[in-house]
Amino acid sequence: MSAVPTASDRLPLLEVEGLEVQFRGSSGWTTVVTDVALRVDHGSVLGLVGESGSGKSVTCASILRLFPAGSGRIAAGRIVFNGTDLTTLGERQLNRVRGRDIGMIFQEPMTSLNPVLTVGEQIAEVVRRHGKVGRQAARARAREVLDLVRIPNAATRMRQYPHEFSGGMRQRVMIAMSLATSPSLLIADEPTTALDVTIQVQILDLLKDLAAELEMGILLVTHDLGVVADMCDDVVVMYGGQVVETGSCAEIFAEPRHPYTADLMRARPSIEGRQELYVIPGRPPTPLEWPGGCRFAARCRHRIEDCEAAPVDLHHLGDDRLSRCIRVSELELGGVR
Amino acid sequence: MNVETTDREVLRVRGLTVTFHPKGRRKAPVQAVRGIDLVLHQGETLSVVGESGCGKSTTARAVLGLVKAAGEIELMGRRFDQMSPREKTRARADIQMVFQDPYSSLDPSQRVGVSIAEPLEVHTDLDAKQRRARVEELLETVGLSAEHADRFPHDFSGGQRQRIAIARALACSPSIVVADEAVSALDVSTQNQVLKLLEELSSSLGVAYLFISHDLAVVRHISDRVAVMYLGTLVEEAAADALFAQPLHPYTQALLSSVLVADPARQRQRTDARLSGDLPDPSNPPSGCVFRTRCPHAMEVCSREVPVPVPRSGGGTVACHLFTEAHEGADPGEPSPTDNLTANGSTR
Repeated sequence: MSAVPTASDRLPLLEVEGLEVQFRGSSGWTTVVTDVALRVDHGSVLGLVGESGSGKSVTCASILRLFPAGSGRIAAGRIVFNGTDLTTLGERQLNRVRGRDIGMIFQEPMTSLNPVLTVGEQIAEVVRRHGKVGRQAARARAREVLDLVRIPNAATRMRQYPHEFSGGMRQRVMIAMSLATSPSLLIADEPTTALDVTIQVQILDLLKDLAAELEMGILLVTHDLGVVADMCDDVVVMYGGQVVETGSCAEIFAEPRHPYTADLMRARPSIEGRQELYVIPGRPPTPLEWPGGCRFAARCRHRIEDCEAAPVDLHHLGDDRLSRCIRVSELELGGVR
Repeated sequence: MNVETTDREVLRVRGLTVTFHPKGRRKAPVQAVRGIDLVLHQGETLSVVGESGCGKSTTARAVLGLVKAAGEIELMGRRFDQMSPREKTRARADIQMVFQDPYSSLDPSQRVGVSIAEPLEVHTDLDAKQRRARVEELLETVGLSAEHADRFPHDFSGGQRQRIAIARALACSPSIVVADEAVSALDVSTQNQVLKLLEELSSSLGVAYLFISHDLAVVRHISDRVAVMYLGTLVEEAAADALFAQPLHPYTQALLSSVLVADPARQRQRTDARLSGDLPDPSNPPSGCVFRTRCPHAMEVCSREVPVPVPRSGGGTVACHLFTEAHEGADPGEPSPTDNLTANGSTR
């Protein structure tokens, strides 16, 4: 997706195609994500954007198959990571990828840390879990990654417990832990949503630096277009369990090609001026309410009869630019200023 | 009927102080709110902003009487602590609340009509039939329909549940609604629907909001005035337009410049100084100005003296030594700090 030739010459780090995910409900399996395609390149940041229920977190969880046993399954599609289709791997093989080649961080750092172990012990444990490494070497590596995420006084902080860290520092610890095994891909699910704004910018800066320094790809899940604008190279917008638009960050903001993307931008209150709040009527459909045609049609200002007639395919607009709108060629949606 | 903002004070807070005493040996007491003053006028929206731990929610809870506080709280010009028990009950009906998570503030086993009617049972003489009529009227006021009264909270989406919480808050026609992060859990599309509703209710019913939020973009859109808190103190307070156009306190400036702009070209150009470090331990706050440990303009006087709020240009107050006489007296030869700050202190 990146326009830089050196990046596209290499194999993509992660490529997802035709992904369909189902969850078990009281009345059998329900499809919650359909036909998702995305690509993350080495050293680049892909933003996966959508509101709650859009399927963005499910998409992420399915890459490492992080479903409670028996409650979720990948019904179709390929998830190719570094040349290997992860959907073909068994649990044991996948366990070697989880947390080693692909790191993950979540919204709430406190619930992901063990409160009764020191931070140093927890990071060292991750290192030892994934390789034949001695105690000493593991501790040294823990110290190294704490430095990497710019935690001051790493040697002292190693011996402290999670409760002795602030929210922002805890998220740094989580990032350090996920980096301990030098993964080539980091999946970050709303990593700054629980943080205050002044801390959020610090963490986003850190993630940007790490992607560049370590040539690491980042799949960043967020609901916040401000976060996307700040750090993503490419963007995938999801709605109702589908990808509705794909493109580079600059293109998407300058010229959104799906009415939902354009509405999301208009609806986001800006700190720069005071204008009438833009309201998208209605609410997103749940998987059980998905209509047969365009899933956004019921809320769309540009709806015509044909929108609801049949499922809408992704339209290729060239250069990795996709939109799931039948009116894509005729609509002038207008981006940011 | 449109009710305009009037000069009538519906709420005044003087020297509000809230101290928590954590359980456990050797735990020092924490002053969550450290002597703040606030005024709220009829029909006005006053937002209190700041980051976690700044005391904004504790301020809201103190105003509602949900935590013990020192200082004075006046409702409709009457001191709350001097009211008779009967007046206090009436005053409580006049100040209502909406919280962040409507699912945990609505009883999941009760039909929403029953939840909305509850304040009517406590505070009015309406009989069951009249209460039902009022509930249906309220549901329609917040954009739902009368038949929704017989459903349960789980039948509604997050945005609809927040409407129900608002309907309940409005049941007794309060003068003040305290909204603590009332739209923070909602997605943008639903968030704006609820914000619009709050705006409409303010102009049709004349209700005043004490709006607690960490989201500065939302605050910019719905506030008449904004108060900025840091570590339990009020650092700056001004009309919303003045505060966002010209933030004076170094903390307000840092806060505003941290807010992300949804435009890659401009967001990536922003090179404003970012705040380093974390919030100090609230049980052991810095001496003098509590912001000085993270302030790019910290001076010698800042560790010695607590800055008092002084009138700021454009109205409102700012509590910072850059604007007090102590500093001006100490450095008479320097250019005016006000000009200095506004020159490099804009948010973009």
